[in-house]
Amino acid sequence: MTNYVLDLIGRSIAGGRALPEHEELPDGAETNKDAHADVTALHAPAALRKECITLSGVFRSYANSRGSFTPALQNIDLEIEQGEFVCIVGPSGCGKSTLLHLLAGLDRPTTGEMAVDGNPIQGPGTDRILLFQELGLFPWLTVRQNVEFGLKMAGVSRDEQRDRARVFLHMVHLSHFEDHYIHQLSGGMKQRVALARSLALRPKILLMDEPFAALDAQTRDMLHDELERIWKETSPTIVFVTHNVREAVRLGDRVLLMSFRPGRIKSQFQVTLPRPRHVEDSDVACLSKDILGQLREEIDRSFNAEYASEEDH
Amino acid sequence: MKKTINQVIFAAGALVLWEGLALLRLWPPYVFPTPQGVAESLWTGFADHSFWIGIAVSMRRVAIGYAISVVLGILLGMLLTSSRFLEDTMGRLVLSLQSLPSICWLPMAVLWFGLTEKAIIFVAVTGSLLAVAQATKSGFENVPRILSMAGRNLGAKGPQLFRYVLLPASLPYLVDGLRQGWAFAWRSLISGEMIFVTVGLGQLLMMGRDLNDINQVFAVMVLIAAIGYTVDSILFRRLETSLRHKWGLATAASK
Repeated sequence: MTNYVLDLIGRSIAGGRALPEHEELPDGAETNKDAHADVTALHAPAALRKECITLSGVFRSYANSRGSFTPALQNIDLEIEQGEFVCIVGPSGCGKSTLLHLLAGLDRPTTGEMAVDGNPIQGPGTDRILLFQELGLFPWLTVRQNVEFGLKMAGVSRDEQRDRARVFLHMVHLSHFEDHYIHQLSGGMKQRVALARSLALRPKILLMDEPFAALDAQTRDMLHDELERIWKETSPTIVFVTHNVREAVRLGDRVLLMSFRPGRIKSQFQVTLPRPRHVEDSDVACLSKDILGQLREEIDRSFNAEYASEEDH
Repeated sequence: MKKTINQVIFAAGALVLWEGLALLRLWPPYVFPTPQGVAESLWTGFADHSFWIGIAVSMRRVAIGYAISVVLGILLGMLLTSSRFLEDTMGRLVLSLQSLPSICWLPMAVLWFGLTEKAIIFVAVTGSLLAVAQATKSGFENVPRILSMAGRNLGAKGPQLFRYVLLPASLPYLVDGLRQGWAFAWRSLISGEMIFVTVGLGQLLMMGRDLNDINQVFAVMVLIAAIGYTVDSILFRRLETSLRHKWGLATAASK
């Protein structure tokens, strides 16, 4: 598994540093592990810093209308540490969402291995909860019932369902809305219901698919703060997909840049800026500019591809 | 409020017009009913219990037939959505059979079951079963993919996913289908009862014809329409309205 093919950039960037070529640790190499932990122990105890998600050689392709296969993801090798906040940016059509669906177990890779804590991902599991861009809240349930849903499926007692729902609704400041139906809420409130619904299951891994894309800037800023606070309180591993580079730098410990079709991890950036950050911070802007430069190339490629395919049709 | 006033004015106007036409005696009384005649006929029909019996018998039949249709129709609808093959084959068959008026099943029903209660219920079932199946099928097909994905993501699988996500998600369509199914069951039953002589509203209607009693014919027609409408508006429309309201479908703001 040492074929870690990453197109890493080899230069330092303001506020962030390029990752060294990552080397796979052999199982049971205690001294190596400790050394690795020392370097990366930024705000968690060394013992907690361990690999949580491992992807190796993941491919995913889809049959297209012309009868051939379009590769969506190509050779994804990725390791994410427990408790890490990883943001993925890339042009639309780069397979960001596909990657999250694979991690959530809602889709299967064509080839490749995916594991959480060494256990292969076989299908959906409540240790990994995906927050969909479209939310997928249930309109026939009240806010509280939505939050209780996963617990009900898991066979948690009614009292505990209620208690836990209350805790998480309080966490997202929706205590006063627990008996409302979804259509009675604003966009930002719906987002928070979806977040509480996911958190109620206490997932180890939270997968977020452009969750704040449809919101206005003020609401988004507020939700960034809330998400960061909740992440600190409940410390899940977060994989956050966005097309907004500043958002990625604002939130992530690490930002992965994906290339346009087929989606590969083009480069990654460690974000060591102190928290709390703000999207308007100059350090955030500076690092964003650098990432954006690379993203721009991919967006250009995606535009060219779109025009080319239009001529085809 | 304004709607109710309009409706009352319209009904009163129609009654006056009807009475006026009857008073003109353009047609012989055995051809053209009068409002009083129809009212009298309703009165005597209920007084001698014949209408009550007719209503009870017809309602019992439609209740049994409709219940069977709902259970089988929902099962059939689910079966049709469960596989592409069944949808392409049996789905087509269901669609083509739906264009067959339900009364066409009566001869077959009589040959199978004889002149029995079973035969008449069979006709009511054939009238509504396919409509319920069709609505169930489109209900499940119209469940937004995101909802079933969200359900699976939150740990619902198999029967749980069906019970807690797919079923409630398709409920607005199901209620629509159940409502259509009811209308079809009621119509089929009455037409069956008319041809096939038994107790029931359909037979009371035919009896009116046999007795040359246009007032009874009208009275029974009024009853049949009133029952169909009442069940539809009291049961189904209320269910639909509350469902739409709760889901926020009435306000366009929801996703």
